[in-house]
Amino acid sequence: MSTTLEAPASTRGLVEITKVRKSFGATEVLKGISLTVEPGGVAVIVGPSGSGKSTLLRTINHLEKVDAGFIAIDGQLVGYRVKGNKLHELPERDILKQRTEIGMVFQNFNLFPHLTALENVTEAPVVAQGRSQAEARERALELLDRVGLLDRAGAYPRQLSGGQQQRVAIARALALDPKILLFDEPTSALDPELVNEVLDVIRELAKSGTTLIIVTHEMGFARDVADTVVFMDQGQIVEQGKPQDIFTNPREVRTRSFFSKVIEPAFNI
Amino acid sequence: MSSAATRTAQSATETPSPTEAQAPETQAPAVPAGPADLRAAVDYADYRLVPARRPWRWVGTVLVALGVAAVAWSLATNPRWEWGVVAQWFTAKSVVNGLVETLKLTAISGVLGFVLGFILALMRLSASPLLVSVSWTFSWIFRSTPLLVQMLLWYNLGYLYEKISLGIPFTDIRFFEAQTTTLISQFAAAVLGLTLNQAAYSAEIIRGGILSVDQGQLEAAAALGIPAWRRSTRIVLPQAMRAILPTAFNEIIGLVKGTSIVYVLAYSELFYTVQVIYNRTQQVLPLLLVATLWYVVITSVLSVFQYYIERHYSKGALRTLPLTPLQKARKFFATHAPASTTGPASTTGRK
Repeated sequence: MSTTLEAPASTRGLVEITKVRKSFGATEVLKGISLTVEPGGVAVIVGPSGSGKSTLLRTINHLEKVDAGFIAIDGQLVGYRVKGNKLHELPERDILKQRTEIGMVFQNFNLFPHLTALENVTEAPVVAQGRSQAEARERALELLDRVGLLDRAGAYPRQLSGGQQQRVAIARALALDPKILLFDEPTSALDPELVNEVLDVIRELAKSGTTLIIVTHEMGFARDVADTVVFMDQGQIVEQGKPQDIFTNPREVRTRSFFSKVIEPAFNI
Repeated sequence: MSSAATRTAQSATETPSPTEAQAPETQAPAVPAGPADLRAAVDYADYRLVPARRPWRWVGTVLVALGVAAVAWSLATNPRWEWGVVAQWFTAKSVVNGLVETLKLTAISGVLGFVLGFILALMRLSASPLLVSVSWTFSWIFRSTPLLVQMLLWYNLGYLYEKISLGIPFTDIRFFEAQTTTLISQFAAAVLGLTLNQAAYSAEIIRGGILSVDQGQLEAAAALGIPAWRRSTRIVLPQAMRAILPTAFNEIIGLVKGTSIVYVLAYSELFYTVQVIYNRTQQVLPLLLVATLWYVVITSVLSVFQYYIERHYSKGALRTLPLTPLQKARKFFATHAPASTTGPASTTGRK
């Protein structure tokens, strides 16, 4: 695999994670993870808490630096450049530029509370991509319409419900026209009746050809939307495969015991 | 649900019940009678709501009003306050000049102090151990020495260092050189002392404000590719301001009165001016009152600024902004105007 090849438009959003390791103090949370997500693919990462899912997601846009291994998007290294046989960390400016191609949606939304929904969505395109205020505004209104919140454009985040806030956060991530969207437990902070309005938006995105990498505990949604389900435990990928295979016929014992805990109660209802 | 239980519940709350023989006649037709009927006996929707009486609140109000009146009375009638003298000096030219000097010192030291404090706060939050310790040491030294000592030290700097020069360190190249005593005037010493002292305190206030902003905000901004400077000014600072402002205004108001300490440098700001006057006229209390009243005026004006600035930065932090006093007053007069008593809102619910 070449790391300098320019990606043709049809393969926008290929994510290659190779032998990534990461420790926090003495605990190793990622123990050599390798994972490829095809352009336009939808990978859903599941696993018990503390298994390293969120950390892995955060390494993809270099919010978390890896200790070893590398991540490439369309053949371009994220956060580093090659010089001799060393990987040098890029200056902040270049990393910020790379991040505009990778949208991220957080568990706690992290909307800017002092800015309106519209201002939240227009901020990055204007500042990070140098678009005009008018252009960014037009695009933002289009996106807010797409997530069903056009009428709340002038509202501040605290005036919105959790589900609405998360939909604004998705619109904010989409405003940069990213190749890849990362979702870090997007529905975990939501009341149960608000989960579906957010999942519906993500389902729509799954059809749009953007690569999605989603960490979630919503197994029904994972089965529904994923082309690949990745099961992580203790910093390793235990098993991955198509949802119908991995949910109905897991190969590994750990996968089976995890699914028996999270899926069975739901079926009993 | 048994009828026995129903009856117990009703008698316990002493609600007139249609099942009882002595039920008042007027209430009987309003409700269809039934042994197991738990519905309210009467349709109360048209009754007028009467708030609970709070007699102790009235007692407290009267007592406090009496106290306030007594103080006002004594202030107005005790001839030793010498209000005539106060009025005479309140707008005297020398006093107003002193006031201007006080405002000048406050403004300059306040602005410079907070700018330097902001830089110190950023240093303290940086990843460089050297910047952190320099910032920490600065705050440590200036917070642990009395302002009076700092002031005298700056004024007497010429005793420690005869000349001040600007050049390349460890060489003989000098761009600029001057006698310390000519550089450090009373004003310069006052500004220097107040600014550095203020910077030490405001650094901590600003640092506290920045720390109060959720880490997720910075992460989200970084993930969106927003550059570091913009992250600080557009995302973090506006949110930090909510925590910074109340304490910052405390500091500024403290500084207004703190400037009076420069009397040790014989610098003629408000307090020193007043002292000079009463040493001559021996009208100590009335002249102190003059200074005090001016400090009250400045503080009052600052408090109004504080209110509106805090309000500005609270947008988005509250679901709905509370009304300003002006808006409240307007609303009060709008709803209590004589014409509106015939409006629908005040007539519904009356029997």
